[in-house]
Amino acid sequence: MTALLNIKALKAYYGQVQALHGLEFSLNEGSVTTLLGANGAGKTTTLRAICNMVRTTGAIEFDGAPLASRSTENIVRLGIAHVPQGRGTFTTMTVEENLELGAITRNKAGVASDIERMYAHFPVLKQRHTQQAGTLSGGEQQMLAVARALMLRPRLMLLDEPSFGLAPLIVRDLFKILGKINREDKVTILVVEQNAQLALEIADQAYVIETGRIVMSGKANEIADNEDVRRSYLGY
Amino acid sequence: MELLTNQILAGIATGAIYACMALAVVMIYQAIDHLNFAQGEMAMFSTFISWQLMQWGVPYWGAFLLTLAFSFAGGIVIERLLFKPLAKAPILTNVAGFIALFAIINSSAGLIWDFTIKQYPTPFGSSPFLGSQLISTHQAGMIGVTILLLIALYGFFRYTRIGLAMRAAASVPESARLVGINTSWMIALGWGMAAAIGSIAGMLIAPVVFLEPNMMVGVLIYGFAAAVLGGLTSPFGAVVGGFLVGIIENLAGTYIPGVGNELKLPIALALIIFVLVVKPAGLFGRPIVKRV
Repeated sequence: MTALLNIKALKAYYGQVQALHGLEFSLNEGSVTTLLGANGAGKTTTLRAICNMVRTTGAIEFDGAPLASRSTENIVRLGIAHVPQGRGTFTTMTVEENLELGAITRNKAGVASDIERMYAHFPVLKQRHTQQAGTLSGGEQQMLAVARALMLRPRLMLLDEPSFGLAPLIVRDLFKILGKINREDKVTILVVEQNAQLALEIADQAYVIETGRIVMSGKANEIADNEDVRRSYLGY
Repeated sequence: MELLTNQILAGIATGAIYACMALAVVMIYQAIDHLNFAQGEMAMFSTFISWQLMQWGVPYWGAFLLTLAFSFAGGIVIERLLFKPLAKAPILTNVAGFIALFAIINSSAGLIWDFTIKQYPTPFGSSPFLGSQLISTHQAGMIGVTILLLIALYGFFRYTRIGLAMRAAASVPESARLVGINTSWMIALGWGMAAAIGSIAGMLIAPVVFLEPNMMVGVLIYGFAAAVLGGLTSPFGAVVGGFLVGIIENLAGTYIPGVGNELKLPIALALIIFVLVVKPAGLFGRPIVKRV
């Protein structure tokens, strides 16, 4: 398998504070990868670094092309969809407008049928399609955020703690849909999670990050069996 | 009774101009979170351009359209040259930028066209509208053009993809970038449109206040009052605020003893202060809550 995303010696800074200390990892095309770690380990920063939303040094290559000199919107245009922490909903706009915005860089053809596909994935969004997105529940907004990202027809989808603040049942549904999207639409997925158990269930590959460094990597099932990981992140 | 109707209709006519100015102010406020103190001067300069074009023999509507295009381009140039570099600067730096822009445009207009008052033509004439003594054809024209403009803007923001992208960039800039919108150009586009809207206000009001470099100073204050009254975060509110301020101004001038023409402007300023104290978000704005 070829690496779709390749990250080498990645360092990131917020002002004077260094948040990532030479991160190295890669994503295989078509895979689901999860990045695990505690609060403040650098998970969100890693995703923001990929989209050039934080000052970085080091190399990030997407499909062989370096991303460093590109602006956030140009990186997105390459087919990298980012579902940010807090969901990034356009709260004053309707659900349908949020979905249209997801496809704003694409040619208009195919947008309407893609919106219908999203409604098939997430029937609740169809019921609410004329409603202001800010009035949706947390779980519905997370589904909207995932659907909005998929409207780009991305090659790579970055998800920042999709389970945050959601009821366990809804989280389970969401991860089921993510697995389905990965298999059916061949979208490569990088998901950052504190809810390690679910993330490891759908992931092929896993990395554990601590204070801005990768401290462990391997196949998701091996990581799930690892004694230290179980104690620190799975709680049993 | 006829006096009252007359004053209200006249208020709606000037209110249309305030609505345009308020809309221009709100568009820029939405994009960059600052009040454009030079909005009136930009409109005045545009109006002089249209006057100059007419002096050179261009017919009214030709000059009108050329001026719109000039203002649109000018707004974009001002944003690119002056306010894009100031995007991350503190508030006071931006305020200084606006004041500098105000002074530069005002003085340039004085230098090029001097400070004497000039007559400005109206394409609508100034006879009684439909034979009624209540309102003149020019006042009716001001209302008509403003309403057409509002409909066009509504359609643009509601039904076009670029309008949708501009709204997204103004409401959640970070998410807008994450769906691939070039927010920086959306801001420039907002400046261009605001400048063009302002130029329409300038060209419509010029036959009433006459053309000279300080013609828009008072009008902009009414525009600010309208924007604050309607809510700085609401384009719809800005328009309603514009019409309300026009009506309030006229009624106060007629019915409150001692106000007359001289004290009309303080009424607008008092209105700004009143709204900011009593209901800072305005009639239609959302309160701005920031996490700290």
